Parts: sequence; C-alpha cells; structure tokens
Amino acid sequence: MADENGKPKTKLLDELEKGPWPSFVTEIKKTSDVSPMCDDLMGQLELSYEERKGHWKHGGIVGVLGYGGGVIGRYSDIPEQFPKVAHFHTIRVNQPSGWFYTSDALRTLCGIWERHGSGLTNMHGSTGDLVFLGTKTDELEPAFAELTAAGFDLGGSGSCMRTPSACVGPARCEWACYDTLKLCNDLTQAYQDELHRPPFPYKFKIKCSGCPNDCVAAVARADLSVIGIWKDDIQQDDKAVSEYAAAGLNIQKDVCDKCPSRCMSWDGGKLTIENRECVRCMHCINVMPKALQPGKERGAALLIGSKAPIVAGALLSSVLVPFVPAEELLDTIQELVKRIWEFWDEYGKNRERVGELIQRVGMANFLDAIGLDPAPEMVSAPRDNPYIFFQKEEAK
Amino acid sequence: MTPTSTPKPKRITDIGPPNYEKFLPPVIKRNYGQWKYHETLAPGVLCHVAESGEKLYTVRAGSPRLLSVHTIRLFADLADKYCGGFVRFTSRNNVEFLLTDAANIEPLKADLAAAGYPVGGTGRTISNIVHTQGWVHCHSSATDASGLVKSMMDALFPYFAEEKLPAKLRLAVACCLNMCGAVHCSDIAVLGVHRRPPKVRNDVLPRICEVPTLIASCPTGAIRPATVGGKPSVEVIEEQCMYCGNCYTVCPAMPLNDPDNDGISIWVGGKVSNARTTPKFTKLAIPFLPNNPPRWPEVVDAVVKIVEVYAAHARNFERLGEWIERIGWPRFFELTGIPFTRYHIDDFKHAGLSYARSAHIRF
Repeated sequence: MADENGKPKTKLLDELEKGPWPSFVTEIKKTSDVSPMCDDLMGQLELSYEERKGHWKHGGIVGVLGYGGGVIGRYSDIPEQFPKVAHFHTIRVNQPSGWFYTSDALRTLCGIWERHGSGLTNMHGSTGDLVFLGTKTDELEPAFAELTAAGFDLGGSGSCMRTPSACVGPARCEWACYDTLKLCNDLTQAYQDELHRPPFPYKFKIKCSGCPNDCVAAVARADLSVIGIWKDDIQQDDKAVSEYAAAGLNIQKDVCDKCPSRCMSWDGGKLTIENRECVRCMHCINVMPKALQPGKERGAALLIGSKAPIVAGALLSSVLVPFVPAEELLDTIQELVKRIWEFWDEYGKNRERVGELIQRVGMANFLDAIGLDPAPEMVSAPRDNPYIFFQKEEAK
Repeated sequence: MTPTSTPKPKRITDIGPPNYEKFLPPVIKRNYGQWKYHETLAPGVLCHVAESGEKLYTVRAGSPRLLSVHTIRLFADLADKYCGGFVRFTSRNNVEFLLTDAANIEPLKADLAAAGYPVGGTGRTISNIVHTQGWVHCHSSATDASGLVKSMMDALFPYFAEEKLPAKLRLAVACCLNMCGAVHCSDIAVLGVHRRPPKVRNDVLPRICEVPTLIASCPTGAIRPATVGGKPSVEVIEEQCMYCGNCYTVCPAMPLNDPDNDGISIWVGGKVSNARTTPKFTKLAIPFLPNNPPRWPEVVDAVVKIVEVYAAHARNFERLGEWIERIGWPRFFELTGIPFTRYHIDDFKHAGLSYARSAHIRF
C-alpha cells in the first residue's frame, strides 16, 4: 500500500484535492506530521473509496473517569491492515456559545490535540461541539486533564443531555429577541450533570435561535426549541421604507405579496402593517433590515419535540408555550424541563425521544403531566375526527 | 497525610465551556444587543451597524469542516493580523473574521484566497453544505459525506462565491437515515441509503449484544427473537426492514454495509426558517443513485440540474420548496426530467396525509 516515502498511495482521494472548494483530503494529508494515525486514516479511507464501503465499528465503553458521555468509541474493522487507527475515538469538546474564539484559545486547543490525538478536528460537529477526531484510549484522560486545565469541558453523547447551541444572537444580530448566547451558556452550566452522566431514555437537545429565521435549526433538531419572537408591533421607519422603494425595491410584489397573513399594504408612499394579523415570519424584516425591526416586547416561543427520523420518524417541534418574556426564559425553561424530564423518565421507552413519547401518549396527556393548559396556538387546527376520549369526571 | 507527600492535582470536572464573553471582540462588547441594521457589501462580506454608529465587518470563508490543527492556526494567525485575534465559526461550518477596519477586508480576502479558503456564502447563495462523518469516521454510513460535499461544492462553486439565486439555498448531506445534521429540513438533501437488510452474525451476537434492546431498536418491528444453534439470537423479517441501520448502532453483529446495494437518494424542498412559509421537511426527488467515488458524477449532475432549474424558474425570494409548492410537483418532475416512481408515494405512518385529496390538478 505504501510508496517510497512511507505514505499510503491514494489515487482516488488525490482526485479530491483538485477544484476550487477546500479539500478535506488536503487537511488529512497535511496533518501527517502531527500523528502517524493520519497516514492509516488515509489508507483506510482510500480502501473505502475502492471498495465503496465503510470500515469503522463502534461500541465498547470508552470515556473519561466519572463521565458517561463525551467520547465516541471508534475502531477499525481491519486493524491488522491499519494498526494506527485500530482505536480512533472522537472527543466532543463543548463549544463556547455562538462558536466565538480568540486566536489564543484556538492555539491552546490545537496544542492539546497535537499532543494527544490525530490533529484532525471538525469545526464543528452537527450538534455544535468542537470535535477532536481520532485518538487512542490511553490518551483520553491526559487530553481531558489538559482541556479542563485550559477551561474547556466535554459535550454530551448517548443518552446524555446534548450540548446546547445558539445562533450569534445579540453579539452581531439586530433581530435577536433574547440573549441566545447567555441562555445557551446558562443552560449548559445548569445541566453539567445531565450533560456528562446519561440519565435519560435517549438524547435531549436544546437549541436557542434568536428569531424565527432559526439559524441553528432549532425547530428541526431540538427536543426543546427556543425561538425568539416579539409580542408588540414591528418597529417601522417610514423614511427608510421610502428609501428602499426609491432604490428600486418592489414593495408591493417583494414584500406585501409575500406576506403569509397578508397583513401589509402599500399605497406607493406609505407601508401599513396590521400587526394583530402578523405571524412574525420575518420576511419583510429580512428584506428591509434598515426600515423594519422586531418589536420591543421581546422573548421567545418554546416548541417541543423535533428530531431526525430514527426511531419512529422525523418530527418538527410544535408550540408548547407561545411566548415567554426574555427575562423569564431561564427560570421558565428550567421549571418546564424539570417536569418534562420527570414524565419522560417515567414513561419514555428506551431510545424514545420526547417528541415520539408525545406522539404515542398524545399531546393532551403530555400537557396534563407537565401541568400546562391547552392553548389554540399549540395546533394548526382543532381535531377533525370525533374519536374523543372523554375523561371520566366530565361525563356522569 | 505525611507532610512530605505531594498532593495529587485535583481532577477538574463539570466546569462546562469557557464563558463566551471572554471571546467577544471589544466592538461587540460595546454594542452587544444594540445592532441597528446590516447590509451585504459583497458575497461573504457583511457590515453590521450599531445604534452607536460603530460598524462591524464580517468576512465569511468556506471550510471543509474537517480541519487540521495547521489550518486552525492559520485562521488564528489571520485573526491576529486583521481582527485583534477574534474569530468565530457558523452553524454551517464557515469561519468568520470580525473586523473593525474596512481597509482590512480586501487584504484578508486575498490572504484567504491564497490559502485556498474562498469567501462567500451569504445572502442568495449556496452556503457551506452541512454534513456528517461518512467513511471518514462513521460505522453506519452508506456513503462518504466529505467526498460528496467536496464534489458538489466544486461543481456549485459559482453559487457560493456569487449571489446568483432567487433565495438562499441550503444543502445537506447525511450518510445514513440517522441524519446527523438538518438534512430532513434542507432545500436539497443528499442522503446515503442502504437497500438490503442487515446480515445477522449469529456466531458473535449472543456474546456482544443485548437481544431485547436490539429488538426494541427496530422502527418497524422487523427483528424477532430466534434460537440459532441452541443459542439466543434474532432473525430479520426482510419485508419489514427499511435498512435504517439502527440495529447495527445498538448491536455490531448486524452489519449492513453492502457496496453493490448502498447508494444515494436525493430529497428537496425543506426549510427551517419561518420566513413566508412554515418550516418544511424535504420530500423525495430521486430514490436511488449509485455510489460512485471519488466524484459521484451521477449525484453531482442531478443536484446541479435541480439547482439550475430552480434558479431559472423560481421568483425572487422563493425558496426551492416554496417554488415547488407554487408550480406543483408534476411540473417539478417534468422540468427536472426526474422520473416519478412508486417509491415517491409514502407508505409509512400517516402516509394518506400526502395523497392529493382534492381535484386541484394542473395540466
């Protein structure tokens, strides 16, 4: 497999170094000086490209002392051929809120991973963690010791609470309806035990988006989706609206006609918004950021239950609490999450996400269990079937 | 404890991530929550203006997500050179440099271009493709994610570097049905699929797997207990298996990798944003294309075709799924030349909700 300089021949992968988009193959190759693991990774990956199949196994309990998550055990299924990646575990490092770093922090992380792993990373993993890609079991504790000494900690995996994530929020966005970075950080700190020691039937994710544009895909990927909205009227600057019109924006066609609740009208000089009918979709604000802004009474909607397909099918989150004022978000979420976890813990089946549990037992029973009253904002429409299970105390 | 013994350093745990405030540049700290509006100066270059009048410039560059420590150090050096050492990453794995001096934008772009990290991905573009681990690091992958992303982004590169589309277009790749990443809600999703049931390894299964957990892992109840050679094992009801690989995740004795039958499916029309229309799942466009590394030409051609047809036909601000809803699915299949097959009609739970339950028919 190896040519003269000791590096694997990678005829197929070399093809992926051509072209304008930066190449992951180049990244792996140039890390060869950090760890010989990278050579065997290239060798095994080239074999996967030749055979058109993967060569990893997972399983085996690996981790750091006292934690039940944060490390994903990964093993080659052909260790005789690629002994340097016989063990190639992933370490999930909890990212700072909003993925902000200083150059010094990045260099510290690079140094740790150069000393204790492959030198390859994902910036970042799907859930949000900084992913250290590939190391051996006996490097886990030393890597962890250096990480915590530098002020970093591990993220979640398995049946842990997963690492919460947040959009850029008030750090750089005029649409942030609450402090996504602070909420994400506060929740992460509040649930360190749940993040590190799996207490649940399966994973639980929280994602914090500052507005309904939902830049962290909270509605699709979080068991608890925190999506910023406002309650009062859109802030409107008529002079700036006129400037957009003068600059060539077709306000009738590109703004009013695209409004989902048709709550806007334009008479050629003045834009009128019927705010009671606005569904806070963000389109008009996205198109005219200088002229329109979310209102001043800001907070978030809490939605529950989204997930990818495994096990019982993909779900989008649905409304649980239509509006929580920004300053009450942390307390409200902590109280709700406590009740949700209690119910899920008692009734959830192994590997059943909260959304799937709600599908199985019904939203009304779920609301009873967590002590929330039903509200019309929770449904797109009331039921259209007459199979109503009346409660015993209501019928004599 | 004797006075001469050296105490073991205390083991630090449960400290959580560093507080983000340590990593915010001064211009952000000064204007936190006080941003007034923003504008796009060029593809990949944003300018945020604060109530105070201060300006923050963002330069966004694409990355392969899989990054060497050497590249991260390069980004750190650029951050030192141009923006006081502050840098961030986005939810789509781009890297963003945060500048206060507009004069630094072009030199930074030139340095990034020289290092091979292109600037773009804002506004009406195709931003970086969210993706999974694939053959680089996953046990259940039906394909390689990084290679597919590289091949597609090379072909779609002009759509990253220039604003040429009616609206933003979000692509995602997942290498199996687990769909790590928001694949199920992307404009175009490329999904690795297996097509044959797992092969039960009765020789090792009783030793390495817990049978009740294994049976419970199957979404369709296709796994049942069986005694093989006098030992407890399982059997798979093949007609009920939809090849998700969930059993393989809980039990390594259920491998389902199969080079001749694994491949790619393509899904379209999802979104997570609430703008105009509510969030949507992706819908099946192409049930199967072959795995053809290193460049997956069949997949790249199919995706480019969908992008080009969308770009040519959709109206301003219309996301892919919104465009299809307006013109109707028959017209989507006609315009893209994709055949409609029996696999496009849902037959899982609540399938009837996707049947056309009206006489609204376009010709």
